[in-house]
Amino acid sequence: MRPHPAPLHRTSALWPIVLSVLLTGLIVGSLVTGAANVSALDLFRRGESGDILLVSRLPRTLATILTGASLAVAGVIMQTLVRNRFVEPATTGTGQCASLGLLATLILVPGAPLLAKMAISSAAAFAGTAIFLVLVRRLPPTQPLLVPLTGIVYGGIVGSISIFIAYENDLLQNISVWMNGEFSGVLQGRYELLWASGAAALAAYFYADQFTVAGFGKDTAHGLGLSYRSVMIAGLGIVALITSFTILTVGMLPFVGLVVPNIISRFRGDNTKETLPLVAILGGILVLASDLIGRLIRYPYEIPAGTIFGVLGTVVFLWLLFARPTRRG
Amino acid sequence: MIGIENVTFHHGKSPILKDVSLTIKKGGITALIGPNGAGKSTLFALMSRLLPLQSGKISFDAMDIRQTASRELAKKLAILRQDTHVASRITVQDMVGFGRFPHHQGRATRVDHDKVSAALEVFDLTAIAERFIDELSGGQRQRVLVAMAYAQDTEYLLLDEPLNNLDMHFARNLMHQLRDLADNHGKTVVVVLHEINYAAAHADTIIALKNGKVASHSKTDEFMTEETLSRIYDMRVKVRTVDGLKVALHHV
Amino acid sequence: MVRTFCILGLCTVLSITAFMVLGARGNWDFILVFRGTKLLALVIVATAIAVATILFQTLTSNRILTPSIMGFDALYVLFQTALIFTLGGFGFSSLAPELKFALELCLLSAASLMLFGSLIGQGMHDLFRMLLVGVVFGVLFQSLTVLLQRMIDPNEFSVLQGSLFASFNKVDTTLIALATPLVLACCALAWHKRNVWDVMALGREQAISLGLNYKRELLIGLALVTALIATSTALVGPVAFFGLLVSAISYEVTKTHHHGPIFLSSILISIIVLVGGQAIFERALGLGATLSIVVEFLGGLVFLFLILRRVRV
Repeated sequence: MRPHPAPLHRTSALWPIVLSVLLTGLIVGSLVTGAANVSALDLFRRGESGDILLVSRLPRTLATILTGASLAVAGVIMQTLVRNRFVEPATTGTGQCASLGLLATLILVPGAPLLAKMAISSAAAFAGTAIFLVLVRRLPPTQPLLVPLTGIVYGGIVGSISIFIAYENDLLQNISVWMNGEFSGVLQGRYELLWASGAAALAAYFYADQFTVAGFGKDTAHGLGLSYRSVMIAGLGIVALITSFTILTVGMLPFVGLVVPNIISRFRGDNTKETLPLVAILGGILVLASDLIGRLIRYPYEIPAGTIFGVLGTVVFLWLLFARPTRRG
Repeated sequence: MIGIENVTFHHGKSPILKDVSLTIKKGGITALIGPNGAGKSTLFALMSRLLPLQSGKISFDAMDIRQTASRELAKKLAILRQDTHVASRITVQDMVGFGRFPHHQGRATRVDHDKVSAALEVFDLTAIAERFIDELSGGQRQRVLVAMAYAQDTEYLLLDEPLNNLDMHFARNLMHQLRDLADNHGKTVVVVLHEINYAAAHADTIIALKNGKVASHSKTDEFMTEETLSRIYDMRVKVRTVDGLKVALHHV
Repeated sequence: MVRTFCILGLCTVLSITAFMVLGARGNWDFILVFRGTKLLALVIVATAIAVATILFQTLTSNRILTPSIMGFDALYVLFQTALIFTLGGFGFSSLAPELKFALELCLLSAASLMLFGSLIGQGMHDLFRMLLVGVVFGVLFQSLTVLLQRMIDPNEFSVLQGSLFASFNKVDTTLIALATPLVLACCALAWHKRNVWDVMALGREQAISLGLNYKRELLIGLALVTALIATSTALVGPVAFFGLLVSAISYEVTKTHHHGPIFLSSILISIIVLVGGQAIFERALGLGATLSIVVEFLGGLVFLFLILRRVRV
């Protein structure tokens, strides 16, 4: 069961402040980092430096924050609905299904407009996650770790189908881009879809309580007068949208939705409505930090944020697995 | 004779056993009882070398468990824990046959086969010898494990709360079987028990642990008094004699 | 049982023949040597994976794990990359392949013994946590590998390359001279200790009770598994679910807990799937690289099936 640490009333205001300061610092850092010599003040001046900021760095910074926030929120939604701390789009096959959908689009209707791609990949992600949920229902509730395990393998199977199809159609490069998220290609006019993703995450905030109730199960939800079905659909829909938009724009960043909510949960408990904003901010911070590290570590070359987070995220995931107190009698 | 000298055991920072010294004489059934957290299972694990000793010494007939090879010890004592999951499809016969492993290391001889057949007989398993153990009921599985320990042909038999998860029917049967092993087959049985009345009914000696120390070590009759039980379990326990048997009324 | 082995033996011979003969054109001497070497490599790989998986499943007392799920393969690839990183591309390639292999083997053995020895020794009631840890370690190693690769050569856009899937048709035949005796030696030792493994399969407590030096046998077993997996990875790359597929079939076909017959049948089945499969895919269907993907897919299905079934029982 989830731990409920005593709420630290005095320090409860500290978190948002600390996180906001961190975020601001990172934003500034992100704006000034890059191959060209640019100062933050150039934002307000006209001219070439200002353009770089506006066209490349600012969008990139915003993109990372939006991605981090939305993916983290997607993670929270899934965890609330499935009542399991280890689910998120990368451990439920959602990401892989979205990719498969995109792949199908590329092969079957290559000239399709962006809207069609969005729709199809979201639908694929939705369907794939729904299937996963059906699978999960057959697992015993006493073995919570079986859920992400099954999800990872399920994702792996879908992934291998994608790779096979991609290989046969010479589209491996695309799959590679989708599965390993990076922000180097973000430019003004090329990332706006992420705002839609952010909007979806925002919608989650208003649904937060309903997600919590739905997470208690169909019977409890009905007992409390909630339409279980529509809440599940809404939740899955938001997750599917966020995942496919992210993949379409920058590629998948696995484990964001897993690591961030669990960190927050450790310190602030599980009241979804309360913790959602914190989760979003921390998600933005961590992805932005990963991107920044990726730009600095082998300056002036770049390493994808997805890879950096792949290392950091897995280490934190492992810590979470080991640090969980084993509650046995 | 089992010699336990100055055994202390810590789990992290918490002390589980504090300087425990005991001598368990050969023959008969000795029950190890006590409240939860007293250290019974830990002591059991140390005796069966499932847990490495931190300090102190344990020996079986002068064989120091720290100095003696596990293989030799396996011919001296057999261990039975609760029904551990055994995934593979093994027949009853094969399972009991494993009890001979310390003796033949994989190359079974005529003698080994005979002992296995004997074990199957004693525990009434000959009829289901070819069945797979995952097809059996909990009680039958327990019998198989006991038969395996019996086939191991050791002087000492150590059991850790073998009655948990058993129906009354099988629990009683098991205690009768242990009695039989002690009386007619010359084994020394040491059994950790949770329920005091089983100990009272079947054991010759009772050792009580409390808070990691030996709180009492005496013959069953001497042990089963209101005063002793109340002291051990920190609650008033009445003792009555029913049909010549001492019964602890701990549940009322 | 004898009949089972006859059938298996027959299928094995058929697979080998198909591999050597199908679609062969040209000089027979050349073909014999060329395909023969490949065949030897595949047989060695098949044997290594089969034995390693069975042994690993015994040591961990369950049938859902394979060493690859636990990230062994990814660890190997990581080491490769790390070596390149530290020695530089030139330094790395100027190492004699035998020395490289030996070095990697030692490093990998040490690391995995440390990593998995501690996990497994603690008792397997937290099985799924261990599985999950293994999978995550695999992802971690993979990410580290990509990271190192990008640090080595930032201009290179890493396509999903062989580091994710084995390639059975591009076998590294230079290592065969080393690999063959190593694999044979490991298998011989595994065979010699088959009775010990039977007891180990009962779990830690039973094994100790029956007089085994559990920790020692566990380490020996893990060392064997590591050596075998490292060798097969060196030859063809990582194979995640192949071992699972083979072991699952073996247990169904040879309904016994004795390791002798199981080792044998798993080796044969492994060869049939690998050699026969490669013959079909490469020669008959002309889909060279896809055997591994298909095998991974099937194996993944088996994995899911096992998880769901085990759970229902």
